[in-house]
Amino acid sequence: MIAAPLHLAGERLMLCPSGVALWPAKRTLIVADLHFEKGSAQAMRGHPVPPYDTRETLERLSFALRRYGPRRVIVLGDALHDDGALARMAPADRATLRHLLSPLEVLWIAGNHDPSPQPDLPGQCLPEWKEGRLHFRHIGGATPLPRAEAELSGHYHPKATLPTRAGGITRPCFLASGQRLVLPAFGAFTGGLDVLDPGMAPVTRGALRVFLLGRERLHSASFEALRQSYAALAAKP
Amino acid sequence: MPELFARWFAGRGWAPRAHQLDMLAAARAGQSALLIAPTGGGKTLAGFLPSLIALHEAPREGLHTLYISPLKALAVDIARNLEAPIAEMGLSIRVETRTGDTPANRRARQRETPPQILLTTPESLTLLLSLPDAGEMFGGLQAIVVDEAHALAGTKRGDQLCLCLSRLATLAPQARRVGLSATVNHPDALRAWLSPTARATDVALIRAAGGAAPQLGVQLPAGRLPWGGHMGLDSAPEILARIAAARVTIVFVNTRAQAELIFAALWKINEDSLPIAVHHGSLTVEQRRKVEAAMAAGKLRGVVATSSLDLGIDWGDVDQVIQVGAPKGVSRLLQRVGRANHRMDEASAAMLVPANRFEVIECAAALESIAAGELDGEEPRPGGLDVLAQHILAMACHAPFRPDDLYAEVTRAGAYADLSRRDFDDVLRFVEDGGYALANYERWRRLFRDSEGLVHVRGTAVARQLRLNLGTIVELPLMKVKLRGGPVLGEVEEWFISTLSPGDTFRFAGQVLQYEGISGVTAEVSRGGTREPRVPTYGGARMPLSTHLADRVRGILSDPTHWAMLPDSVREWLGMQRYKSELPSADGLLVETFPRGGRWYLVAYCFEGRLAHQTLGMLATRRMERLGWAPLGFVATDYILACWMAFEPGDPAELFVEDLLGEDLEDWMAESSMLRRTFRNIATIAGLLEKHHPGAEKNRRQMTVNSDLIYDVLRKHEPNHILLRATRAEAAHGLTDIRRIGAMLARAKGRIRHRKLDQVSPLAVPVMLEIGREWVAGDAQEALLAEAAALVEEATGGLETFEEPLFEGGEAPPEPRPARRPRERRRR
Repeated sequence: MIAAPLHLAGERLMLCPSGVALWPAKRTLIVADLHFEKGSAQAMRGHPVPPYDTRETLERLSFALRRYGPRRVIVLGDALHDDGALARMAPADRATLRHLLSPLEVLWIAGNHDPSPQPDLPGQCLPEWKEGRLHFRHIGGATPLPRAEAELSGHYHPKATLPTRAGGITRPCFLASGQRLVLPAFGAFTGGLDVLDPGMAPVTRGALRVFLLGRERLHSASFEALRQSYAALAAKP
Repeated sequence: MPELFARWFAGRGWAPRAHQLDMLAAARAGQSALLIAPTGGGKTLAGFLPSLIALHEAPREGLHTLYISPLKALAVDIARNLEAPIAEMGLSIRVETRTGDTPANRRARQRETPPQILLTTPESLTLLLSLPDAGEMFGGLQAIVVDEAHALAGTKRGDQLCLCLSRLATLAPQARRVGLSATVNHPDALRAWLSPTARATDVALIRAAGGAAPQLGVQLPAGRLPWGGHMGLDSAPEILARIAAARVTIVFVNTRAQAELIFAALWKINEDSLPIAVHHGSLTVEQRRKVEAAMAAGKLRGVVATSSLDLGIDWGDVDQVIQVGAPKGVSRLLQRVGRANHRMDEASAAMLVPANRFEVIECAAALESIAAGELDGEEPRPGGLDVLAQHILAMACHAPFRPDDLYAEVTRAGAYADLSRRDFDDVLRFVEDGGYALANYERWRRLFRDSEGLVHVRGTAVARQLRLNLGTIVELPLMKVKLRGGPVLGEVEEWFISTLSPGDTFRFAGQVLQYEGISGVTAEVSRGGTREPRVPTYGGARMPLSTHLADRVRGILSDPTHWAMLPDSVREWLGMQRYKSELPSADGLLVETFPRGGRWYLVAYCFEGRLAHQTLGMLATRRMERLGWAPLGFVATDYILACWMAFEPGDPAELFVEDLLGEDLEDWMAESSMLRRTFRNIATIAGLLEKHHPGAEKNRRQMTVNSDLIYDVLRKHEPNHILLRATRAEAAHGLTDIRRIGAMLARAKGRIRHRKLDQVSPLAVPVMLEIGREWVAGDAQEALLAEAAALVEEATGGLETFEEPLFEGGEAPPEPRPARRPRERRRR
């Protein structure tokens, strides 16, 4: 897997095709929207989707942690799909979570799905976090940023469709502007919202690039190029 | 026949037809029957006559006859048509319809005091059967009439109906069944599907005498015959002239996009302003009804339509059918042709308008086939397990059941006669709590078993949810298109709207619309606009060529004695092919290879349909990679597979080997978009996923789970889950392309003709024109993404991805590093 560098507010970040971002200077791994126990939340509503999402998300997280060996992890909100998620989690999965994260410093940023602090999680729960010139919060784009500062956020689950000569291919993506980076959702059952969707407006101002998650590398395109060539694609009879 | 009825027939100047009397005799004997008759054969009356007579001879209250139609509109129309004889003979019979549109107060009344004859759809019937009082409502039923049985058998709606029929047999064992069908290729399979015992012999087969043979012709465009393209726009002047020369014409096309384009092309030259409308499945029901009503009232001279008009109401006035583009299958063509002239003894008139050279041959093949009285069409496939899951839950909502009893009942349904007990039990377990090996959904089970082994539904919420999600039609996410300050015009796929900017224009509902913006869950548009309009396209719209028609096309190509029926330009084209290369033979496989523009091309004349060729292309390019031919891509049409590569290809016999299917098929299938789509439908019907509810858009992203993600996770953690087994089974049955490839490879063994050419051959030109317009899925995605990203980079100039060490002290990455390190570029 080949990670790609991205500079935000003078800080060098790396974007990994697995969907996590890295801040090498601080040995920090950043991940968003794990949505643990989304599957069982569906089952409660009468749709018994496979109960393997938490296990799968943990496996992916474990891979990223092993590969990059960070000292610290920042989770940008919606780690838990709802308040009852931790209680529903299978004991084995809970043990894995603890095992993975206990040796590390973990900052859990509050999300709209998990707004209240969870004392059972290993680490510290915070409404948001600022370090140097970087803001870490769940929902980005809400407040203007001072010129020299930047923001990392989740919440929107961005995905994009890149036109190819054989039609569009849709993948989750990082969404980057000069000052903002929106991470793709990391959870196994988290869908996406197209970056061209009007609902994305708060985080799609200014010059933008998307980085689609590929198997081995990221596939990047500017927002405008995406819009134009996608329109051309759709017009083809 | 009773005196009253005989008088009524005579009063109309009719004599009862033989098949109507046969149906009566079968009913008197209490026997189930399948009536096969061409359109206009008095089929509906034949189905209802025994019930009308029975109710005349022994008037009674309560539901006597249940009629099920695949179309709501048809049920409504039949109700209207039945009113005439009932009123004229003074019969005291109440006829009512029950569909999704029936108001709540009438539904309630229908359950209290049902009419003697109830007309409904498979979905509404399932809903009625899931109610606790279904026994009281249906207990006295005497007859069940299934209309358009050929269009239901083998589909998921047909599976659902088949299960419902089996339940009705439990509630009302005395009820006989009546199937009404157009001419089909497999009458015995249809009898078994309809049968109360799943055996064909328990249903009498009654055939109406054949009507007059249809008069068919082929219309070519005036100018040069096109090499490629499927729209047939060049023929617009000829189509318009034929509309002007007839009373009422239906212009059938193959896709919704084609409907919009043909409609626009006709109106561009429609100087006399002949009233011509457009009708397709994406328009609102109201829009479609409006067109149908105008048609019935004789206000229209022409309608451009897709398969949305294949079935349905009779319009006696339609005197001409024009099929634009290749017919793709003989049975479907005949069904369409039958829409003209709904009187059996008069010939239907129809004109075929091929859009390109190959389609001319395909049209000729269809004419030959019709003249020879041959049909195509597959036997109905076994019933889907997803539909069974929905049915089990519905039956639990009706009343607690014993699994043994329900299994016995289900296997009496024709579509489920071969269902194994293991599959049944696994589906039942799935309905209970998902049926996963990791059993942690105990707390949220939908069903529970009591101490006597009876299965109960857990609560009213489960039943309510089932009734909301009932049905087997799964649609892509769609978005309403609404005229600003005006009505909703129809629905287009959500992704198409997402590509529009305000001011962009597109063709829809026969007009050019300008996109204004999104308001809530609808796209608002206004009429007109200045930019070049686009046409929304819809996934999976094109039908593949039927096997039968493919054989005929191959037969015509290989045997010049058939060429007399072809136009000069096509004959010359085939003659050129014979001179420059050779003609594909009836049983072998012709493969041409030639260089062009720095690449090598391999063109195989397989004639197995586009879907089969896509699968074959994927498998063949994988094998080419191993053979070292460096394949770059491929394109598939209904007739031809063309691959291109960096190096000169070797012997095609090494490529098209019989075990080609075995090697990669499993892998490819599992990754293919076709399987993912199948899984999505199955998961929705089985109740794993919520159906798409318009208006629930806002939170959909967070509340629902994308089926692709579930598919990937389930495949990894529980590959033998019942829903994955159902998906694989359906893919293997539903798409005959795998079998077609297998048969083709077996046939071609030792008979591959390889022609090494210096340049493209005449027959290969059409496929070369298709290059760059094809959809590829599965493994090629990564390569395509990389290519597209590179192209976008090239055009825009941007960041280059590169690799460098991340953290010191971190663990070494598990996979080997790439040999070559991409060079770093200066960033902006």
